[in-house]
Amino acid sequence: MSTTAIANPIPTPARPAPITLVGPIGWMRANLFAGWVSSLVSLLLLFLIVKWALGFIEWGVINAVWSVPNNQTQACRDLRGTGACWAVITEKHRFILFGTYPYEEQWRAFAAILIFIALFIVSALRRFWRKELLLVWVAALGSIGVLMWGGVLGLAYVPQERWGGLVITLILATFGLAFAFPLAILVALGRRSRLPAIKALCVIYVELIRGVPLISLLFMASVMFPLFLPEGMNIDKLLRAQIAIILFAGAYLAEVVRGGLQALSRGQYEAADALGLSYWKKTGFIVLPQALRLVIPPLVNTFIGFFKDTSLVLIIGIFDLLTAGKTAIIEPAWQGFGIEVYLTVGFIYFCFCFAMSRYSQNLEAELNRHRVR
Amino acid sequence: MSTTMEAVASAARADAPPAIMLDKVNKWYGAMHVLRDVSLNVAMGERLVVCGPSGSGKSTLIRCINRLETHQEGSIKVDGIELSDDLRALDAIRREVGMVFQSFNLFPHLTVLENCTLAPIWVRHMPKAEAETLAMEYLERVKIPEQAQKYPGQLSGGQQQRVAIARALCMKPKIMLFDEPTSALDPEMIKEVLEVMVGLAETGMTMVCVTHEMGFARQVADRVVFMDRGEIVEQGPPGEIFENPRTDRLKLFLSQILRGH
Repeated sequence: MSTTAIANPIPTPARPAPITLVGPIGWMRANLFAGWVSSLVSLLLLFLIVKWALGFIEWGVINAVWSVPNNQTQACRDLRGTGACWAVITEKHRFILFGTYPYEEQWRAFAAILIFIALFIVSALRRFWRKELLLVWVAALGSIGVLMWGGVLGLAYVPQERWGGLVITLILATFGLAFAFPLAILVALGRRSRLPAIKALCVIYVELIRGVPLISLLFMASVMFPLFLPEGMNIDKLLRAQIAIILFAGAYLAEVVRGGLQALSRGQYEAADALGLSYWKKTGFIVLPQALRLVIPPLVNTFIGFFKDTSLVLIIGIFDLLTAGKTAIIEPAWQGFGIEVYLTVGFIYFCFCFAMSRYSQNLEAELNRHRVR
Repeated sequence: MSTTMEAVASAARADAPPAIMLDKVNKWYGAMHVLRDVSLNVAMGERLVVCGPSGSGKSTLIRCINRLETHQEGSIKVDGIELSDDLRALDAIRREVGMVFQSFNLFPHLTVLENCTLAPIWVRHMPKAEAETLAMEYLERVKIPEQAQKYPGQLSGGQQQRVAIARALCMKPKIMLFDEPTSALDPEMIKEVLEVMVGLAETGMTMVCVTHEMGFARQVADRVVFMDRGEIVEQGPPGEIFENPRTDRLKLFLSQILRGH
């Protein structure tokens, strides 16, 4: 054997990959038509998707009835299920969005919804993440309260019993999570406290609340709680439900946050201690920023869950989005058009939940940039 | 010859007031007795190297000095302040004592610069611009100013440890503690960290280093302390400790680490 070394002084230049390996063609070859079985399944699924989509378009668009005069639903009934009766939405959309809120005052509920959405968008943008955002939240939630209740600034007073629809869902979910999240952080920190009393209090809170269904908490808030109040004193029903939701969400979120705290290595605490950072500075600058980033997926999972769980308030007679939709089709003229109403309500829920989900994925990618080498 | 010079140097330092005073310190982990009657004085400006087999209590000792671990008996005074449950005294001590860990413990969600400025801004209440200037100064001293905007995860182990040293120095501590700073590093990175530590020693910083780097100990240490099973077995100038070990325990330890290198 020759012992002469083989040298290659000029590095081989990189060539572009063949067209069949990259781009849409490459992707389709790799993922849809990798073999004859895979190709067959792909074509079959494609056929089913197209067929279903065409059917839906025929039902929902081509054959659909968009409006009827004076609650005369005969035109809808004549379709016999071959087309959607969107007229029910045209007729009842105000009820679904605003419940029994007085008709001429419904612009106030609408403004409240817009404020909510604007608040979500502003909070989602990282360039607005500073202390002033807290003031924006206080101002927004305060003005929503003023708009909904009225009684000041020339707005007519609207009792809480008449609120309903999407506004209620947004109020319960937003106030609920806005208060439950800080509560959860405190409870999670408390559960890891060295002070036995604080630790015991937090453990008892989490275990008690997690041990019962949300429905029973809502019942307690609406039926049992008033029994303990002195005669004549009454706390708003919505507020009681709101508190029940905050306590319930707080317990679940606390456990999620605690998971993040536990994932942090001891070295991080020690490094912060060694630098002389106090407990709250250590928690605020080192522990929570890392712990919360780690738990963005389960955190948003819980957020989305609670957004939908607010619909359980129907059992204590509060008209949230879903209950309003259900009530809209009780009227005999509109009975039988549940599919259209539930599709619409479902679509509204989906918009909010999907936005949360997409946003959390972006946030996760952006905040965990430091983990990418 | 060199032994006499070292003796003179340490004698001169012995006149300075002690930076750290440990008097009959005892510590238990549960039933395990990990520090046994440890008494040790470290003078201002002294460079002390602590060595010993794993489990000998050397890391525990150094972690007791800034109270990452609590001792059960005896007293520890740092910069004249007694370590106790008094949180104010603890804060005062931690401001004056910098620590470098074996596993770096940089804050991964902050940039290198933010790692260095966090404590000066929030503990020393330094204005941000001033803290950044100071941080850049120290990053230059550890020879990585160009990495200031990167995250720790983007750096090599040696670079991370140098950032950790700069981070500790930004608090302008009077005393620096090193807890096996090179043990988690790949061999080619040990040198760059040791160079920084030698440079720091030359500025007259009071240093307590737990390390197995005997070359470093010979080069900069005024005194080497050998620990085994929670007690101080031998101490003296590095030349004496390494050339003329008096106890079998030290002889065994030296033969083991020399074989290892």
